[in-house]
Amino acid sequence: MVVYQAVFYLFAAVTLGSAFVVVGSRNILRSAFALLFTFFGVAGLYIMLSADFLAATQVLIYVGGILLLVLFAVMLTQRVGLVSVTNQSQSVFVGLVSCGILAALLVAVIFRTPWVERALEPEGPTTARIGNLLLTDFLLPFEIVSVLLVAALVGAVILAKKEEK
Amino acid sequence: MIGLNHYLVVAAVLFSLGFFAVITRRNAIAVLMGVELILNAANINFVAFSRFVAGGLTGQLFAIFVIILAAAEAAVALAIVIALYRIRRGINVDEARTLRG
Repeated sequence: MVVYQAVFYLFAAVTLGSAFVVVGSRNILRSAFALLFTFFGVAGLYIMLSADFLAATQVLIYVGGILLLVLFAVMLTQRVGLVSVTNQSQSVFVGLVSCGILAALLVAVIFRTPWVERALEPEGPTTARIGNLLLTDFLLPFEIVSVLLVAALVGAVILAKKEEK
Repeated sequence: MIGLNHYLVVAAVLFSLGFFAVITRRNAIAVLMGVELILNAANINFVAFSRFVAGGLTGQLFAIFVIILAAAEAAVALAIVIALYRIRRGINVDEARTLRG
């Protein structure tokens, strides 16, 4: 149990520490690479919640897909010589105050609400059960989301391609 | 003993950090990174409630759908960013006011 706590605090520290770098760094490349560690930390938290398939999905899609897209967009849109000044912030003080208030409110609500927790039993592997649910109870959202992915990808290509005169 | 509250607090702090990035950053890609942090925080909440309160796999399935939508959103948003850069030579969100009436 002590090991469980230590690993939880390690993953939480990785997640939140790199998230601080993401929102605080003045170099957008450094923000992008810190985002990598945030995603890995969240994947670790998923594993601790015994969501093994979700953790693998997180690593595959976020780290392998979304982060790569973000890095490509950074490289395509920044002049590399100016990269240290390309990530400016504005009205930082107002943002800090409002986000501090927001976080304090959320934490207060979390600790004051009497959550009804169930008894924990160890969960087996989830992949087969998730596959079964996706093709039975969640079939309609599964199909809709596939159509949406096609539409989003076609739209992205049309938006990003050069219009030729 | 690590319980539901620990995960919820981590998610709340992650959400606040993402919100901070969204409201203060000028670079559109940095704003997008803030949105990704917010989505990750919501996913942690889904999975934690599914594990500690509801039981079953519904929360994990919702998290999977959120990840899929985040991928679609990132693709479209970055395409918009690249188109914006081609037109305006810059991607600061406070300078992109072409659509303002």
